[in-house]
Amino acid sequence: MARITLENLRHSYLPDPQGADDYALKEIDLEWNDGGAYALLGPSGCGKSTLLNIISGLLMPSEGRILFDGADVTTLPPDQRNIAQVFQFPVIYDTMTVYDNLAFPLRNRGVDDGRVDARVREIAAMLELDDRLTTRAANLTPDNKQKISMGRGLVREDVNVIMFDEPLTVIDPELKWKLRSKLKELHQETAVTMIYVTHDQTEALTFADQVVVMQDGVIVQIGTPVELFERPQHTFVGHFIGSPGMNILPCEVDGGTARFMGHPVPLEGRVSGNGVRYEIGVRPEHVRLSNAGIPATIRKVADVGRHVVVEAMAGETVVNAVIDGMVPEPGSAVHLDFKQGQTRVYADGWIATERATS
Amino acid sequence: MKTENQRGWLFVLPVLLLVAFNALVPLMTVVNYSVQETFGNNQFFWHGIGWFEDILRSERFHAALGRQLFFTFTILLIEVPLGVAIALAMPRKGFWVPVCLVLMALPLLIPWNVVGAMWNIFTLPDIGLLGYFLNNTLGIDYNMTQSPVAAWITVIVMDVWHWTSLVVLLAYAGLISIPEAYYQAARIDGASNWAVFRYIQLPKMKRVLTIAILLRFMDSFNIYTEPFVLTGGGPGNSTTLLSIDLVKVALGQFDLGPAAAMSLIYFAITLAVSWLFYTLMTRDEQ
Repeated sequence: MARITLENLRHSYLPDPQGADDYALKEIDLEWNDGGAYALLGPSGCGKSTLLNIISGLLMPSEGRILFDGADVTTLPPDQRNIAQVFQFPVIYDTMTVYDNLAFPLRNRGVDDGRVDARVREIAAMLELDDRLTTRAANLTPDNKQKISMGRGLVREDVNVIMFDEPLTVIDPELKWKLRSKLKELHQETAVTMIYVTHDQTEALTFADQVVVMQDGVIVQIGTPVELFERPQHTFVGHFIGSPGMNILPCEVDGGTARFMGHPVPLEGRVSGNGVRYEIGVRPEHVRLSNAGIPATIRKVADVGRHVVVEAMAGETVVNAVIDGMVPEPGSAVHLDFKQGQTRVYADGWIATERATS
Repeated sequence: MKTENQRGWLFVLPVLLLVAFNALVPLMTVVNYSVQETFGNNQFFWHGIGWFEDILRSERFHAALGRQLFFTFTILLIEVPLGVAIALAMPRKGFWVPVCLVLMALPLLIPWNVVGAMWNIFTLPDIGLLGYFLNNTLGIDYNMTQSPVAAWITVIVMDVWHWTSLVVLLAYAGLISIPEAYYQAARIDGASNWAVFRYIQLPKMKRVLTIAILLRFMDSFNIYTEPFVLTGGGPGNSTTLLSIDLVKVALGQFDLGPAAAMSLIYFAITLAVSWLFYTLMTRDEQ
């Protein structure tokens, strides 16, 4: 187990990268503590799989260093890094039994049979596969195959980190939930550092203690699930996390106050950042329908179970609100009120208001 | 519902007729000949299973069958491992992929009698490129019209040259269908190259190799054209394989009865061995 440090990491798939656009990863600096549960979250093509392959050693970065507990492993191949990786599609050795599959990484490393047997049985019990040890792995269901993939990482006691590359892609929805909680449980039992790559916010937020959100090869925010939800550092995070995502409304800023469609909007704190383009960010959960405020017309109402999502038009701009209780009719005129402590200004995409002092 | 089911037969009928005329009817003619004796003038007499007994006891048949089995198993033992090895060595992507594929496919595109003629000329001691080189440059006495060993080596090398590509192409198709993640996982698991071959590549190639072995078995067991053109079964009878012997009996001696019985026994052996192969190789599929 190890602390993982990424230093000035850059990677390009092109042999001779010119501008920033040629890089799949632009300048990554990151520190992951031993035993943590981390998630790399971002849309397809944001560079998260590239980053994962660089950490596992399947890919050599164009620039920068990777350190495991302070030791430089940048040039080491995957088998010498002592890492494990679970892929999108379950990788199992078809002709082997479940037992042999789990024993494979140990036998390759010349561990003696007694130790192999003890480890395999211990891990199989953890994964609830102990009653199928003699079954041929090819005959298992996808979720059990994926468990074997994880198991092959877990059997090695000295493994530095286990990485998951969208491991639930091929799993049925009802089993996804089960496997996800199993994963969380395994992390608590083994205290191995785990890095989980996904584009699914639910998976990332439920699994990880700390989530790294990426976009276009750049880390936009690192934080706990609560921080990402409560105070997104970038409009991308606000929009990407949450359902529906944060309302991003164009506004004017003068003298520290913001105006949306000519109406002054109270903010969490003073505007301190500068930019060309200013936007107000407020989560639908913090938008209320009231008697005074920004005039709008209700366009759509969607009942999503526990609450109702209302889509209102303030001029040409769509504002979503999550409402409990009284639901307005589509077409009716309302006023929108933003909760002050949760309303922020973003300058050129990045947060520009000072945190409210409480 | 029921009328629709019956209508389906109409669609199968053309194929059924076609198969009947090109396979079933000729086969039944052979069955007909195999149980009768004729002295010409289109007069036939019932002979029962006499011809079958004769063939099965005939030394000549045993010898030809022995040569046939030796030939088939030798080329299988060479072509399958060689084909897999070449497929493993071929590039997976880039400019050289189509080049390799075309080169590999070339021998398969040449008509069979041309293959025989090519190798015949190629190995002629006085004017053939290979024959001349072996005899006059290296000083090896190589003449397949005189030496049975030389004839056998030439027949086998010719078949390897002609058909290894088939195994290569099938094995290659199996190999490129393996997702990259398998190799990555194996590297992370610390697997050796041999382990990667044994536990990833070979299992993934198993299906196509089953087909390759079956095709190569059937084709080589029934081979006629190339060795006929190359050696004509000689010197003596040393490369007279089953099919060549059969043609000698049927068309050379015009012994219709024995030839028919021999055909059926030949057919039964091919069928039985193919079935055995297939059953053995797909046994642990479930």
